[in-house]
Amino acid sequence: MTRHAPPRAGRVASSPWVWLAVALSLPALVPLLATVTALARPDPATLAHLLEFVLPRVAGNTAWLLLGVGLGTALLGTALAALVALCEFPGRRAFSWLLVLPLAIPGYVLAVVFIDLFDFAGPVATWFRGVDGPAMPEVRTLGGLVMVMTLALYPYVYLVAREAFATQGARAIEAARTLGMGPWRAFFHASLPMARPWIAGGTLLVLMETLADFGTVSAFNYDTFTTAIYQAWFALFSTDTALQVAAAMLLLVAALVALEVLSRRRQSFAGVGHGPVARAPLGRWAWCATAACTLVVGMAFVLPVSRMAWNAMRHLADVDARYWQTLANALSLASMAAALTVAAAFVVAMAARDRPGLLTSTTTRLATIGYGLPGALLAIGLYVPVARFSARLSGSFDLGIALQGGLVLLLVAYGIRFMAVAHAPVSGGLLRLRPHLVEASRSLGVTGMRQVRQVHWPLLRGSFATAALLVFVDVMKEMPITLMMRPFGWDTLATRVFELTNEGEWSRAAVPALAIVLAGLVPVILLTRRRGDAA
Amino acid sequence: MRLEVDSAAVGYGARVVLAGVSFTLEPGEIGCLLGPSAAGKTTLLRAVAGFEPLLHGAIRGDATVLTGPGVRLPPERRNVGMVFQDHALLPHLDVLGNVRFGLFRQPRRDADARAREMLELVGLADAATRHPHELSGGQQQRVAVARALAARPRLVLLDEPFSSLDPELRERLALDVRAALKHEGVGALLVTHSQAEAFAMADRIGVVGLGRLQQWGRAYDLYHRPANRFVAGFVGEGVLLSGRADGDGRVMTPFGPVRPRDPAVGTGDEVDILLRPDDVIHDDDAPLQARIVARHFRGAEFLYTLELDDGQRVESLVPSHHDHAVGQRIGVRLDLEHVVVFAREGT
Repeated sequence: MTRHAPPRAGRVASSPWVWLAVALSLPALVPLLATVTALARPDPATLAHLLEFVLPRVAGNTAWLLLGVGLGTALLGTALAALVALCEFPGRRAFSWLLVLPLAIPGYVLAVVFIDLFDFAGPVATWFRGVDGPAMPEVRTLGGLVMVMTLALYPYVYLVAREAFATQGARAIEAARTLGMGPWRAFFHASLPMARPWIAGGTLLVLMETLADFGTVSAFNYDTFTTAIYQAWFALFSTDTALQVAAAMLLLVAALVALEVLSRRRQSFAGVGHGPVARAPLGRWAWCATAACTLVVGMAFVLPVSRMAWNAMRHLADVDARYWQTLANALSLASMAAALTVAAAFVVAMAARDRPGLLTSTTTRLATIGYGLPGALLAIGLYVPVARFSARLSGSFDLGIALQGGLVLLLVAYGIRFMAVAHAPVSGGLLRLRPHLVEASRSLGVTGMRQVRQVHWPLLRGSFATAALLVFVDVMKEMPITLMMRPFGWDTLATRVFELTNEGEWSRAAVPALAIVLAGLVPVILLTRRRGDAA
Repeated sequence: MRLEVDSAAVGYGARVVLAGVSFTLEPGEIGCLLGPSAAGKTTLLRAVAGFEPLLHGAIRGDATVLTGPGVRLPPERRNVGMVFQDHALLPHLDVLGNVRFGLFRQPRRDADARAREMLELVGLADAATRHPHELSGGQQQRVAVARALAARPRLVLLDEPFSSLDPELRERLALDVRAALKHEGVGALLVTHSQAEAFAMADRIGVVGLGRLQQWGRAYDLYHRPANRFVAGFVGEGVLLSGRADGDGRVMTPFGPVRPRDPAVGTGDEVDILLRPDDVIHDDDAPLQARIVARHFRGAEFLYTLELDDGQRVESLVPSHHDHAVGQRIGVRLDLEHVVVFAREGT
């Protein structure tokens, strides 16, 4: 496309990328506008019902959950990051990446394992009843839920905090110590305040994930906005009510997104160095650090994975034709979504590169906004306008047909939700394709497809693969959108886990859940490998 | 503080990188460790700060052992300030907050006053409320110096302090930092691989390389009386010209006989004589002629590379109005104030 391009000034007016990008970003507006409209013009009767019976309980539940998980992940993530980045203890290098592994296990899978292990009928509680002593604490409570979600989500805080401590925090401690501060004072006065914006950013991501979570809270029978949307839609068959709940939820989403943007703005870099840094030797406390890290990795990864493997072995009969069909469904949905989303992300990134400006930056922001939208909200917000529109076309509003939706609509929903996941690596890859490289190859006579083959593709294929992999795995794990929008017959691993947990078949859920975890491990391992993890 | 480094050895893990380092820095003096990268200079500096252990030897401040066998005073109790290569400013504090950072034991008013005084000293009085990321690299460096000085350290350590800055800025900043240190009357130890920085800042320079401290002395001595070939090659330009000792304290060269200050060579020994470009003078009346093989115009002067009749090459600095072409033969003679002779290796 660059071969016969006239000088830049001559082609300001139009770039095919820009208009294509604008078109691709527009679907993200649909759920947003639908919920905002519902917020602006509520149906009085529905609203009265919600205000009396649903919203107070749901809002209270959500608030407690956010508080608990936010505090839990901030404390656990920061403490582990500080240990690994700033201290020296046996096994530190290995724990640096082992502590990331729980990222591979979705919260709902961890919930299934913990309930299987610790609920009344589970092996631990059974053993407790067999011996005299204190009663086993009930697992399906807010406390249990907070613990499970903290173990599933702390890596978000851990990763960013570790990065902040390793790059700047350790040096900040050294600077503080040459100024006369002891190690603890240096940590609390130099390192921690410096890392605070990153810790806040990681915690806000956790809060957004917590708010968006559907599978974990439903396994714990804990009603939040997402389960309220699901019940209104599939138990009461009232999409209007569901949309109204989503509208209330949107207020919370907007607040969290705003805080996240604010925290990112405060992440300023100054004097990031990579000189040698001495880590604090912990002396006789070193083994306590090792023990703490072992406990976390054990609880959040080793224990659940081995229990799942054990359960899967016991239910090998479940690996039947239906299972293979579910697996095939999940894989093909994930592949299709990955291909489409990466292609769309490439268009959006190319447009922004070709014509940097207000139009393309707005387009990028809109196209990637879906990552902040909880899946349940996105599903109902996308479904209602489309159903109304198709009803107007055919003249009748047939809920049955509309409920089943279509494959295209499901893929569009995935695309909206995960565009940001693909956009980050793709636009990062484009950054590496510096204009000088393209110009240099042109000056050497390498143009057209040859240029694409020899310059663009080698530089971009890595980021394309990363983007596709991330979307693929996210779709494999995705539960609420798939559950609410899948066409008839398109059961996936995630929806199967939901069904089995709904029936209380905790141990049998291990069979589909294990496949999800295996898929999820791939990007986590690649991620830790590429970072080199010298930290 | 009088800093004594006594047969110190440093390294990574158990691997020794630099050993046998001994030198003394008098109170208020600015010292410099000069050498190629990865020579262990920074590790030694960090050992003085207390961040790294010594594998051998000791570091004393005013006769008190800071680091030694079984002793390692923690960094915060040494009262030794440090300016890091990456500045290590705290991004969440403004400039004043950064400079005041080490003054946490003082009342706020005194700390503020001292911090402002230091900002004045480094020429950043009007930047007090700005944040590190709003400053240029040179300004960040000045803040880092002000922060280290504010706490009234007994010694300031500077780790490659100017390497992240533009070359034009370095020398200027080096002189400013030197002035600030001298104003505060505090000694300093600097680590650099740049001879220009070392010469601009330091009173005493130690050349580090090949795992040893090769020479410790004033810049003038390093340049004119290098202790060995490594120092002669690392500091300044020049070539080694071969000659033969005549046993009478003289060395015969293509330019005629020269007399080293220290005639420690026997009759007939093959030796090398260090010739700096300013030792070789262009003189039309000189009996010896040499052919120009390369020329490098530097503005005020030419640096000519000359080939003597026996094939040896020397360099000569010539005022720039002597514009000769490559291939031309010009008259040259020596103007040697310091004759530096090294015995030929392997003989």
